[in-house]
Amino acid sequence: MNYAWNWSILIEPPYLGWLASGLGLTLVISLAAWLFALLAGTLVGLAGTLPGLAARAAARLYVGLFRNVPLLLQLFLWFFVVPELLPARWGFWLKRELPYPEFWTAIVALGLFTSARVAVQVGSGIAAVPRGQTMAALAGGMSLCAAYRFVLLPQAFRLVLPPMTSDFLTVFKNSALALTIGVFELTAQSRQIESYTFQGFEAFTAATVVYLVIALAVTGVMRGIERRTALPGGMGQG
Amino acid sequence: MHKLFLTIAGAACLISGAAQAQSSDAVLDRIRQKNTITIGYREASIPFSYLDDARRPVGYSIAICMKVVEAVKLKLDRPNLTVNFVAVNPQNRIPLVANGTVDIECGSTVNTIARQSQVDFSATPFISTTRLLVKAGSGIREVEDLDGKAVALPINTTPERLIKALIEAAKLNVRIVPVRDNSEGFLALSTGRADAFSTDDILLFGLRAATANPADYAVVGRPLSFDPYGMMIQKNSTVFLTLVNATIARMTRSGELQALYDTWFTRLSVPLSPDLAAAFKLQAIPE
Repeated sequence: MNYAWNWSILIEPPYLGWLASGLGLTLVISLAAWLFALLAGTLVGLAGTLPGLAARAAARLYVGLFRNVPLLLQLFLWFFVVPELLPARWGFWLKRELPYPEFWTAIVALGLFTSARVAVQVGSGIAAVPRGQTMAALAGGMSLCAAYRFVLLPQAFRLVLPPMTSDFLTVFKNSALALTIGVFELTAQSRQIESYTFQGFEAFTAATVVYLVIALAVTGVMRGIERRTALPGGMGQG
Repeated sequence: MHKLFLTIAGAACLISGAAQAQSSDAVLDRIRQKNTITIGYREASIPFSYLDDARRPVGYSIAICMKVVEAVKLKLDRPNLTVNFVAVNPQNRIPLVANGTVDIECGSTVNTIARQSQVDFSATPFISTTRLLVKAGSGIREVEDLDGKAVALPINTTPERLIKALIEAAKLNVRIVPVRDNSEGFLALSTGRADAFSTDDILLFGLRAATANPADYAVVGRPLSFDPYGMMIQKNSTVFLTLVNATIARMTRSGELQALYDTWFTRLSVPLSPDLAAAFKLQAIPE
């Protein structure tokens, strides 16, 4: 293969700065989307376990919608299609007056997509708590709200922490799709370095290493949390 | 006996020397070995290289490359050489040429000095320039008119860099809407997300011609750049490169290239520019 390698391109200005700003955007978008997903997902997952039929149906619809449509398509729909469906004034605001519409769209789309997955996990976590505990809590005089808050949710979260870790990791990787609507995150920046310098292999290697480091760091932190919060007598303990 | 040996050795040297002179070219060697020439094409770079309704690669660049294939068949004496088409995109086209996956890239790639560090370029079959596509009656004529407005630019392209540099130099307050490809650029313009879409003017003419109502859009502004296109070829394959350039030179001299231009560009109402007419003359080198 005829390829002139030049690793020093990675530390040359402005390319190092591009990688750094790309990393910054990747982190901000991923963390914001994850927070959003955690909040919305918990609410929806909880709604799915409520006694009321309407709440369950709504939760199922939410999960079905946001989990099954490909993220790439969701990004495109939120960015290009939704502003056209809204009243003209709102659409104009989304398209022209809101600063960095692509950045906010990426967070919302990624957050909604991930929240559906979080909802399923929270829901199954709640379902995994023995039914007798809910009955005991209610019989002991707790309201349904208090039973969720003090008995069900604390256990559910601790049960589903490992699968949640992998979704947390997936958010960082999925954030790369934001480049399709024009967010200059890490992958987009390495592409840009390629288009300016034609040293694509070096730029993509750098991005790969950065994603790997992020993933290892997240895994490490989550392992620590898992260890500290594991349910005594539960599965998966050494 | 001694003399005979020397003669044989000398003859052997001559033969191997001649063989080497003929086959010192990596690309031609590869084509001969596989009995296949691999052409890199673009799926939607109209009218240079794109898929027609029957999903076959066609266009101005493809037509030129098919002439190159004829020349290779003659040169290697392989009348039944197989032609293999591989789709490429702006992200992978340079690596795929550099690593030999495709023997020649026939699309709409601008020949730049930076790109020449990885690949070689053929003579210039087309010259484009960066201009603006706007809605008719928008009042925008030049880049300077974009102050306080929004412009859509395709990510990772030469026009993107150029317009950004112009905006910075003139200290204009312009919002940039990055788009992935030409159809998204047009979508951004038509939905009002951007007031202008800027890229190679020939592509803008193509977009305008493809809309239901071309009169609603206009390609405006002075030429902002000089973008000569070229076919990309693996670096240091001089024999193959010479063959490609000779093909283009012959087509120019015979008027075939001019005829191809008329076939592909006249229906977009893009007349032959003086720059390109001059390029055609300069490339018509004699046998």
